[in-house]
Amino acid sequence: MATVMRDFNLLEEPLKEKPDLPKSPKEAVNPLEPKFRVSNLNVFYGATQALHNVSLEIPPNRITALIGPSGCGKTSFLRVLNRMHETVSTSRVEGQVLLGEQNILTMDVTQLRRRVGMVFQKSNPFPKSIFENVAYGLRVNGWHRKGTLHDAVEASLRRAALWEEVKDHLHKSAYALSGGQQQRLCIARALAIEPEVLLLDEPCSALDPIATAKIEELLFRLKEICTIVIVTHNMQQAARVSEFTGFFLLGKLIEFNKTAVIFKTPARKETEDYITGRFG
Amino acid sequence: MSYRLVWRKAVNVVMLSLTGLCALTSLSVLFFILGYLIWKGGSHLSWSFLTHLPAPVGEEGGGMANAIVGSGKLLLIAALTGIPVGFLGGVYLAEFGGKTFSFLVRYTADLLNGVPSIVMGIFAYTIVVMPMGHFSALAGGLALGVMLIPIVVRSTEEFLRAVPITLREGALALGATKWRAVATVIVPAAFQGIATGMLLSLARVAGETAPLLFTSFSNQFWSSGFNQPTASLPVMIYTYAISPYDDWHRQAWAAGLLLLALVLMANVGARLLLSRRVATPR
Repeated sequence: MATVMRDFNLLEEPLKEKPDLPKSPKEAVNPLEPKFRVSNLNVFYGATQALHNVSLEIPPNRITALIGPSGCGKTSFLRVLNRMHETVSTSRVEGQVLLGEQNILTMDVTQLRRRVGMVFQKSNPFPKSIFENVAYGLRVNGWHRKGTLHDAVEASLRRAALWEEVKDHLHKSAYALSGGQQQRLCIARALAIEPEVLLLDEPCSALDPIATAKIEELLFRLKEICTIVIVTHNMQQAARVSEFTGFFLLGKLIEFNKTAVIFKTPARKETEDYITGRFG
Repeated sequence: MSYRLVWRKAVNVVMLSLTGLCALTSLSVLFFILGYLIWKGGSHLSWSFLTHLPAPVGEEGGGMANAIVGSGKLLLIAALTGIPVGFLGGVYLAEFGGKTFSFLVRYTADLLNGVPSIVMGIFAYTIVVMPMGHFSALAGGLALGVMLIPIVVRSTEEFLRAVPITLREGALALGATKWRAVATVIVPAAFQGIATGMLLSLARVAGETAPLLFTSFSNQFWSSGFNQPTASLPVMIYTYAISPYDDWHRQAWAAGLLLLALVLMANVGARLLLSRRVATPR
């Protein structure tokens, strides 16, 4: 009951202070050029505002976790990064999002999604064979050479740690795979077009602990080749896999820092409350 | 037991029986028609009925080969004209349509579906038969094709809408354009359903008579190509049934049985197609 009351209090009293962002995140948290520079991002769905003035820099070749209670805007934020929010016709975005030096909001959307891949909460293999699933991204991006296509598919499946399990039935339906395998297939499919960034929206929420462990292990290795942003409900997962963590609450980015800092010495009371399980 | 309670129980029993009886009636109508057709026309349904031309008045025997082929031709033209328009229209409604225009198209399709088939016949008569100056398979096929459009539009739209949004997003997230995603992921995912809808719509118009009476008309002989008056099963049934000859009456029954059997087969086939799970799409 107490936790519920706290939630209500939060709803009634909007946060008065500005989120305590690191003064200069570039130097404070990361010496390298950030992959994404998000500044003053506002996202609206119709009349409701899902994100308020979010500013954030996502470091390259690292795993960044986004945590927060349901409806806090972390998925909305993730979907802006490859403009999947545009599938909702009433959505509207204000602010600036730079991928490298390019403004993603004005660039060609297919080009953006070619560079920024996405893996969804519910595994969504196409009703095609395993091979065709992985080859799909290559085909739509204009890859027609048959021999090398097979090599590319094999390489992606290997990277997603699925090759050994499926190499003998590449032409079977993807629906014959288990849930965990399907999710790794979706990762392989996203990796096939060699994206610079891989966005994952609660990729393990429907998986058992063994399948989850496999995917986490996979993410560790993948950060060699791309930047990873993962939305998760599971705080242990955020703590285990990520180097940077952003905490969202009620559409605002409350805190962003190194994961160790967020989990051990958070600067903000809300973060501490959420992490210690006092609400959310 | 109070009077009230007895009354309530009686109403309950009466209403249960009434609904059950009506359900039974709707079920038995089909079997009654089928049984009656078999009884009246079954004995006339023979190999020569399927392969011979109609016999001249006064001669016994003869068949309806030309009408069977004619119906096939009409359905072919109908399928070639109505299905592509209906299919692509349905794709537009499900995938690309804005609110107002989609509403308009959907509403119009429903209205078009309710237009009496004889009116479709008049329409085709005015548009095709009058300018050409004669009846033709083309005119009849087009009349049926127009009837197909609203049915195919709506069934295509329904099946496409049933494809989970996650599949769309999966394709878009890989850098596919909207059209590419629709053509290579969404339509294949819904293909069984869409094909079933097409087959059912063809079965539905296969038995139409009114639009053919003054478009493809009829023919006692073979018609070559698509430019001549053409016999068809429904019109043959009509012509033979109102004739004064007993032998023709029996042939009308046999043709009715044949037509019903074909339509039922298409229906059952379509259901089987739909019920097969998406097992191993290659």
